[in-house]
Amino acid sequence: MKLLHHIGAYFLMIRMVFIKPTKGKVMRKLILDDIQDLIIGSLGIVGFLSFFVGGVVAIQTALNIESPLIPKNLVGFATRQSVILEFAPTFMCIILAGKVGSFITSSIGTMRVTEQIDALEVMGINSVNYLVFPKIIAMLLLPLVINISMFLGIFGGYVATLYGGFSSSADFIEGIQMDFKPFHVVYAFIKTLLFAMILATIPSYHGYYMKGGALEVGKAATVAFVWTSVVIIVLNYFVTQLLLT
Amino acid sequence: MIQLKNIAKSFDGREVLKDISMVFEPGKTNLIIGQSGSGKTVLLKCLLGLHHTDSGKMLFNNYAFGDMSDSERRTLRREMGMVFQGSALFDSMTVLENVMFPMQMLTKQATAVMRKAAEEVIERVNLVDAHNKLPAELSGGMQKRVAIARAVVMKPKYLFCDEPNSGLDPKTAIVIDNLIREITQENNITTVINSHDMNSVMEIGDTILFLKDGIKAWEGTKEEIFKTNNEAITDFVYSSELMKKVKEVYQ
Repeated sequence: MKLLHHIGAYFLMIRMVFIKPTKGKVMRKLILDDIQDLIIGSLGIVGFLSFFVGGVVAIQTALNIESPLIPKNLVGFATRQSVILEFAPTFMCIILAGKVGSFITSSIGTMRVTEQIDALEVMGINSVNYLVFPKIIAMLLLPLVINISMFLGIFGGYVATLYGGFSSSADFIEGIQMDFKPFHVVYAFIKTLLFAMILATIPSYHGYYMKGGALEVGKAATVAFVWTSVVIIVLNYFVTQLLLT
Repeated sequence: MIQLKNIAKSFDGREVLKDISMVFEPGKTNLIIGQSGSGKTVLLKCLLGLHHTDSGKMLFNNYAFGDMSDSERRTLRREMGMVFQGSALFDSMTVLENVMFPMQMLTKQATAVMRKAAEEVIERVNLVDAHNKLPAELSGGMQKRVAIARAVVMKPKYLFCDEPNSGLDPKTAIVIDNLIREITQENNITTVINSHDMNSVMEIGDTILFLKDGIKAWEGTKEEIFKTNNEAITDFVYSSELMKKVKEVYQ
């Protein structure tokens, strides 16, 4: 029953996001601030993780190829497929659920604890629209981040393969070009957009409706991370089933 | 003027407010006093429309809140200012931006006009040098003054204050109390203040509503509070040694 209550309250909150909008001039500034905090602020960690995980994927693949019958270009192929299909869109979003999600929950939760949300409501402002809408719009730029993640992941794999001596540069490049289906990138971006919506709204819900003090803000951020990750994983299953089979 | 008629409110079957009736007049500082948990904050949140009452009527200038349409309620909210217990200033905004915020959100005035209005109010609350400071750089008393400036910048008809001097030293608390009273009288605002501070009662208690366990236990003025024989209010007023001494001197 409690879960159903939360699901209902979550969708009511989503409805509130799109009614009684905040003035355009104010909203523009809020969106730009959120792009800075949520998107540009995530580029460093995304780039760092993507490069090294791409390298690890390449090394693991190379080390598991024992048969001389398997071509060496498989390292590049496997790295490309792993990074584009799963690592960049799904696992990067789960990592961002920790970084971006906890930032959203704690910032909105702190506003709740310090009565700043009540202050907005008393002024007759739709606080849900004011707080959540700019985050949704900012997160629509997440595919750009995931694009960078894809590039750096494959580049990391290339560097690791070359310096580890697992295959030649030509083999790796042949591998990443082999049997390339552009729809896989489209699929990754469709997933990313869905996950972006989840990343913006579930942490916002947990921050907005939290009760208590500073300690509860931390607890809400943890719960938000857990639920965001769970929803992303489940949604990933259904979207993959729907788009790739 | 605000009139409360038989207001009741409960949470999960527990009655928090029972049959509260009262009139808060304009140009006066109307105090709601009582112990913690007596229902003061709930009553204030009902007045602000943040809680819905279970029964009874709230009339703002003879117009019932319950009968208002959504747009009428929004208009009414624009005529309300609120000073929160913790000031509730927006952390990421400077003092000037905090004070300009309601105008930016709710009016279509030019930035220069809003800025001028905000600067005038900031000057009124004696914070001229703090325009570009963030809330974290201000003392508790200064934060309260910014909160008052933000609450009155739209020239509200109704001003609500939740424990406006909690956490302040007695001298600063009196400054804040007097500031609220002066602004109330200058602009003929209907001001309702939640407090459990007897200093505030003695300074600015033009009208006092005393709540005990969600019931209106007494109503009067700061002059009457020392003359009454009402057991509930005398228990509350003379709970400290200081007030007992005041009573002895008074008698």
